Amino acid sequence: MGSRIAIIGLGFTPARPTSSHQSYKEMMFEAAQRAYADAGIEAADVQSFVTCAEDLNEGLSIFDEYTPDQLGAMLKPMHTLTQDGLHGLADAAMQILSGLFELVVVEAHSKASNIVAPDWVADYATDPVLNRPLGLNPHYIAGLEMQRFLHETGVTHEQCAHVAAKNYRHALRNLAAAYPAHLEAQDVLHSPPAFEPLHEREIARTADGCIVLVVASEERARRSAAKPVWVRGMGWANGSFALETRNWARPDYVRHAADIAYRQAGINDPAREIQLFEVDDTYAYKELQHLAELGIFANAADAARATQQGQTQLGARLPVNVSGGVLGMGNLLEANGLARAAELVLQLRGQAGARQVEGARVGLAQSWRGVPTTSAAVAVLSVE
Amino acid sequence: MGYRKVAIVGAGMTKFVRRALETPRELAWLAAKAALDSAEMKLDQVDSVVFGSAPDAFDGLHMKGEFVADGCGAWGKPYLRCYVGGGTGVYAIAQGWLHVASGLFDTCLVTCEEKMSTCQPHPQAAFLTIFDNFTEQALKPNLLWIFALEQNRYMHVHGITQKEIALVAVKNKRNALGHPCAQLGAELTVEDVLKSEVMAWPVHRLMVSPTSDGAAAVVLAAEHVAKRVTNKPVWVEGVGWCLDTAYWTNRDLYYPRYVERAARMAYEMAGIREPHKEINIAEPYDPFAYKELHHLEGLQLAPKGQAPKLLADGVFDRDGDLPATPSGGLLGVGNPIAAAGTMKICELFWQLRGEAGARQVPGKPRRGVAQAWGDLMQVGTVVVVGV
Amino acid sequence: MEAQPKNPRGTSLSGDDIKRGKTFLVPYTPRLEYAWDCGEAIGRYLEELKNGRLIARTCHRCKRILLPPRMFCEVCFRPTDDWVYVKDTGTVNTFSLCYVTWDVRRLRKPEIPAVIEIDGASPGIGIMHLLGGMDAKKVRVGMRVRAVWKPPAKRTGSITDILHFAPLKGNQAAARWKRKGKQ
Repeated sequence: MGSRIAIIGLGFTPARPTSSHQSYKEMMFEAAQRAYADAGIEAADVQSFVTCAEDLNEGLSIFDEYTPDQLGAMLKPMHTLTQDGLHGLADAAMQILSGLFELVVVEAHSKASNIVAPDWVADYATDPVLNRPLGLNPHYIAGLEMQRFLHETGVTHEQCAHVAAKNYRHALRNLAAAYPAHLEAQDVLHSPPAFEPLHEREIARTADGCIVLVVASEERARRSAAKPVWVRGMGWANGSFALETRNWARPDYVRHAADIAYRQAGINDPAREIQLFEVDDTYAYKELQHLAELGIFANAADAARATQQGQTQLGARLPVNVSGGVLGMGNLLEANGLARAAELVLQLRGQAGARQVEGARVGLAQSWRGVPTTSAAVAVLSVE
Repeated sequence: MGYRKVAIVGAGMTKFVRRALETPRELAWLAAKAALDSAEMKLDQVDSVVFGSAPDAFDGLHMKGEFVADGCGAWGKPYLRCYVGGGTGVYAIAQGWLHVASGLFDTCLVTCEEKMSTCQPHPQAAFLTIFDNFTEQALKPNLLWIFALEQNRYMHVHGITQKEIALVAVKNKRNALGHPCAQLGAELTVEDVLKSEVMAWPVHRLMVSPTSDGAAAVVLAAEHVAKRVTNKPVWVEGVGWCLDTAYWTNRDLYYPRYVERAARMAYEMAGIREPHKEINIAEPYDPFAYKELHHLEGLQLAPKGQAPKLLADGVFDRDGDLPATPSGGLLGVGNPIAAAGTMKICELFWQLRGEAGARQVPGKPRRGVAQAWGDLMQVGTVVVVGV
Repeated sequence: MEAQPKNPRGTSLSGDDIKRGKTFLVPYTPRLEYAWDCGEAIGRYLEELKNGRLIARTCHRCKRILLPPRMFCEVCFRPTDDWVYVKDTGTVNTFSLCYVTWDVRRLRKPEIPAVIEIDGASPGIGIMHLLGGMDAKKVRVGMRVRAVWKPPAKRTGSITDILHFAPLKGNQAAARWKRKGKQ
């Protein structure tokens, strides 16, 4: 794809466990105002808009209806994807690459605090005939997967706990993160068991927040005063949805998504060519699983060893989730991928303050849509 | 502006029925497979997959797109589900077009599906949740309200009668008699329509499309693939979509300005300056009889307030100057929400290739426009195709 | 060329098929409960409804008075400026007589949903509500109506604190209404 698409604006509200001072519309308006100011544009300049949202996370059917006004999209081309925000970024990229538009806005948010019985909503996504009648809390699917993952890869539970501790500590330097905490691996292991082998602190809690990106064509980006962050590659893929036919240890759809993104970005050796990584860690073990599928490490055991040795923390050779990840920032539902991308944008611009990764030139963002899905998206972003 | 050329090379759909035995995945599979078979293509020739479906509330699934993915051929492939309410069925083709026109993919399989019958005791009840949670739901509104309010406004501003509107139902249900998938093909008179019970005045029962289960799919391909696959590709010449404000009670409902904007976007891409002369077939969205007229005006195929007269003059008949809804539309074929829009795209595909059988519009039509609508009287989605 | 679609698939089930158990059904009642943050604009709107008043927001740039109130102007894309009370009277922009409820039960007496342009808000700015306290046959576009409020003790901070809109006393005739409406 080359340097054809750029992110020229970023706006967000900080991720917080609750956000009762704002309706979802007011939250979106705040993030959009921030993003347009950051990009140095007016809402009227934007030619097309994409929202990533699921009806049942909002509690409104055809949620698309309620998206244009607070983004400045009234009477403009606008549509919703029921996907993660990184899919929205891919959509914006396609709109620009096709030649239709040169300035597109992507938005996603979470008002998870407004869902009274979130596990019931998550359960509603499971197979209604084969799985749902078991009456289990759907987090069990992650428990099953972690069990098989540990068994096949030799990764230990303690190594997974190191992931969580690292990410909660990273969040201490991120004012936009909802769940900063100075924790050690032992603190995570000794948290109450939840969905064995998962313990409570290995499972991301939800948070509210909104993220808006302003995406531009190369020509438009070069006319902008903002420092562009280039979208070098975008990939996304789905795997087998059915629990009965999925590969429990290895989410191959992550690898498929990464292959597409790396090919576009001309990346052959991600661990060498990329300096920072924002990957999904909704459940702590997931970070290790994803690092392996993304080819950052040869296998999950290597990723686990490196993590335990502190090689994936801020300041080390392969910083992973310095934002705090999903664990540290909070589970922002469809906005998780944009939270990962937002961190890359800040880092690549040199705006990450106390958690700046020195010499960051290329970053990778990866998202997963949570249980029971097998859906992932990957973006490779870079400075010039 | 030159765009990468993209064509529809295959189309397929299931029957539209009130209640199907098949699950959402099976419905999607049947349509997707039929589309691939019609193009004599295999799944491994599909580079990307798009799915469209309207409210999750109907199928009884959260993240319905993930569940149905297997049925759409998405395993191991880049997959997106797009969603603009009722506008989805036509918008999904634009979404697929983006995949190929961007140059990232050479082919895209687009499937739209709906299984409304899952929702008990009646799918209508799910529509309560489309209204504003803060300012409207407490009034216990139903979908009929909003259509009836709009139909009344349209009638009032232009002095249109229910009799003129009923003719749309007569035309479309008759057209549907020629469609093998039709749920409600029938030979009716205007009197039959006006005698049917009043649901929400001025809407009578026979002016309303049914709730349905069904799926429809198309295969999109870049030029070099299209020319290999078929000797009659149907080119996507223009795409357009536009979303109006959610504050629908702050707008005058007599005219769908968002359909006009979406249409202008698509016409401009297609190089069409006089749509009523250059378009040979229209498939406007007809969930209610008056909507077809409303949308024909938005599509610039009739002057404001004049669509009923042109209809009465026979202009929109299958053998008229500008056949509208030769498929039989939502009123005749059925309304599995997202799939209905894609059915209209399939219809244009078959019509422009001379394959529409008993529904064939005479005179070798060369250009068609399909349009869908959705949300709170709010979104217009338009695709122009040509051979 | 062969007529399309050829041999379409899909199996229709009848009500009888379900009763006779031709196919299995798996019933499920979801628990989909939400507690939405009203935020600033709607929070105030609902609070004022409880007080028996309708409140709007103004945008000084496009000079519109907006109802339901919002903290942003969707036309100008800027924060709205002031709160302003509007009247609880208005003009019927459109209406329907609905004989079917949201869960598809038949009504003998119709519900009368309407869009009512509220006095004091900008032209064309209306809200949806029900009409009542009148003969359904007498409803007209252009009618002047007035909110009928529930007694204060029965109000909860909801749009239903207004029971319905009824004909404005002393003005039963429809106002003159321009054809062609707004362009």
